[in-house]
Amino acid sequence: MSILCDANTKLLVQGMGRMGQFHARLSVEYGTQVVAGVAPGKGGGEIDGIPIFDTVRDAARQTGANASVIFVPPPGAADAILEAADAELDLAVCITEGIPAHDMARAKRAMQGGKTRLLGPNCPGVVTPGQCRIGIMPAQITRPGPVGVVSRSGTLTYEAVDQLSRLGIGQSSCVGIGGDPVIGTNFIDALELFESDPETKAVVMIGEIGGSAEESAAEFVKAHMTKPVVAFIAGQNAPAGKRMGHAGAIISGGKGKAVDKIAALEAAGVAVSRSPATIGETLAKHAPGLA
Amino acid sequence: MNVHEYQAKGLLREYGVAVPEGELATTPAEAEAAARALRGTVVVKAQVHAGGRGKGGGIKLAQSAGEAKQAASEILGMTLHTPQTPPEGKVVRKVYVEAASDIARELYLAVLLDRAEEKFAVVASTEGGMEIEEVAARTPEKILTVLVGPNVGLQGYQARQLAFGLGLTGDQVGHFERFVRGLYRLFLERDASLVEINPLVVTKSGEIFALDGKLNFDDAALYRHPEIAKLRDPDEEDPRERAANEIDLAYVGLDGNIGCMVNGAGLAMATLDMIQVCGGAPANFLDAGGGADKEKVKEAFKLILRDENVKAILVNIFGGIVRCDLIAEGVVAAAGELGIEVPLVVRLQGTKSEEGRKILADSGLDITAAETLQEAGERAVAAAASARS
Repeated sequence: MSILCDANTKLLVQGMGRMGQFHARLSVEYGTQVVAGVAPGKGGGEIDGIPIFDTVRDAARQTGANASVIFVPPPGAADAILEAADAELDLAVCITEGIPAHDMARAKRAMQGGKTRLLGPNCPGVVTPGQCRIGIMPAQITRPGPVGVVSRSGTLTYEAVDQLSRLGIGQSSCVGIGGDPVIGTNFIDALELFESDPETKAVVMIGEIGGSAEESAAEFVKAHMTKPVVAFIAGQNAPAGKRMGHAGAIISGGKGKAVDKIAALEAAGVAVSRSPATIGETLAKHAPGLA
Repeated sequence: MNVHEYQAKGLLREYGVAVPEGELATTPAEAEAAARALRGTVVVKAQVHAGGRGKGGGIKLAQSAGEAKQAASEILGMTLHTPQTPPEGKVVRKVYVEAASDIARELYLAVLLDRAEEKFAVVASTEGGMEIEEVAARTPEKILTVLVGPNVGLQGYQARQLAFGLGLTGDQVGHFERFVRGLYRLFLERDASLVEINPLVVTKSGEIFALDGKLNFDDAALYRHPEIAKLRDPDEEDPRERAANEIDLAYVGLDGNIGCMVNGAGLAMATLDMIQVCGGAPANFLDAGGGADKEKVKEAFKLILRDENVKAILVNIFGGIVRCDLIAEGVVAAAGELGIEVPLVVRLQGTKSEEGRKILADSGLDITAAETLQEAGERAVAAAASARS
């Protein structure tokens, strides 16, 4: 088992530009079923053996695709997300960085009550080790196992996964939820999925400064999680008022500080690693016997 | 992106939001002329991107045109220190000369994107003229919030809820409703992340004015608002952050002595944390991004080296999309071309890291390699410490 995607996932790619094609190839190499590409006006063609369609609806109908990965540039990205939702796919993973926040607020609201789950935007995607790769993660550092990983960041996810793998601790699924202020799947959604996944035995959660998603996650852990949770919060010494790379990573009006997030998580029984170098060790200690 | 008060008020006027009459001045003579045209008592206000200007001496009342000239000559050119300015303060280059208002009440009103609710929110309070965060912390019952569905928009009843909640009566309710609608339209049509009026004043004759205006716009949406992008004031930005922006790097200057170059915002923040855990202090945050290559690495080094406090540089790359061999080539080329004299600690992990490490080892350059994040932090801190002594 796993969350969000597995060996049966049939993936289509929206935005078959240089980046879309490159990562589609890597996903195919990893064993993912990449069944279609969507490029308006280029339907009927083929790229790297992947059939191309004009619309998501056509692609889904003709190939049975149930998930999409979106590489469409910011001005058209919200439109691409809504097109995936309209085709009633199970999952839309948006990699695009720099989508206007208002567009995302509207798109998210429009998707409410629909069938499609959104992951991202501005995220690295999801990998279920040995089964499926959606997005841009270097899947070779993952290994199958019992730990769920969920993170707001890309490269810091790789760091955490690498620390786990080096200790011989594999992962059920590695999920990047994205660094934007408005995102589809949040920490609570991912924690809920990991809690109900029988093969996940523990969860690593990587947060960062800005917003209050970690505090909300802490409340959820306290009330609903039976599995051990380990966390790291990036930006422990970040200055207030400065955007630290991610659109959502900013301390403003005294809110979104790492120290408050760490306190909330610890109060909920989460083991928080203070150093980014000891995320794997902390998991090994807090949830022994998973290697 | 932030704009000045005078620019904010120009935009507010476009949306029918009432603001006092005012004019921009860059010399005392211009301020005098502006005050004469406005007649009566005026307020001379320093135009910098920071709140709390009054406490720092950046806002002065003037009873006559002569006094306005005097006030402007004191404010223009001064280095303003407020709780919101950087430690070195901000030099004032412009003042806004505005007709003084006959204030009966000071209120607070803002439209913003509520991240937790993922909706737009209109926030109001009877405690205008104060830091709203303080009001929220001390007297949360004095904060009124209505959440607006982004696909439905602000409703009349929501505006009225706020108006009555603020204790407005009679004609004021209608004025307030028009005022809020104007703010909401500005927020929506210009992709603002914050439209804040603090204080919103009710005059003794019952009129409603925006006495101050703070607008913040979503950088990601500036591509479709060129007229807003033009309002950017380069004097208000850190020159290094601006230079970084131009080459698509995210950079934030800090006050330590270890320069950092990392790929990815999360790992970049974690690298700063690592340095601090090891007892050092980072000189900057720098995310070289997913498309980091040889040229970008060189530009990033140039940026880091503009900071004279830098005593050592830590390069921390976890290759996903980014290829470590290309980064290594960039490091070698930059070290050669730029003549980097400070110690260099490089950690390469992930895609093509073996190849990358070999390139560094074969270069003959004095580069300290690190395998893990812990090692990278320790070695960078040690390098900076030995360079200092």
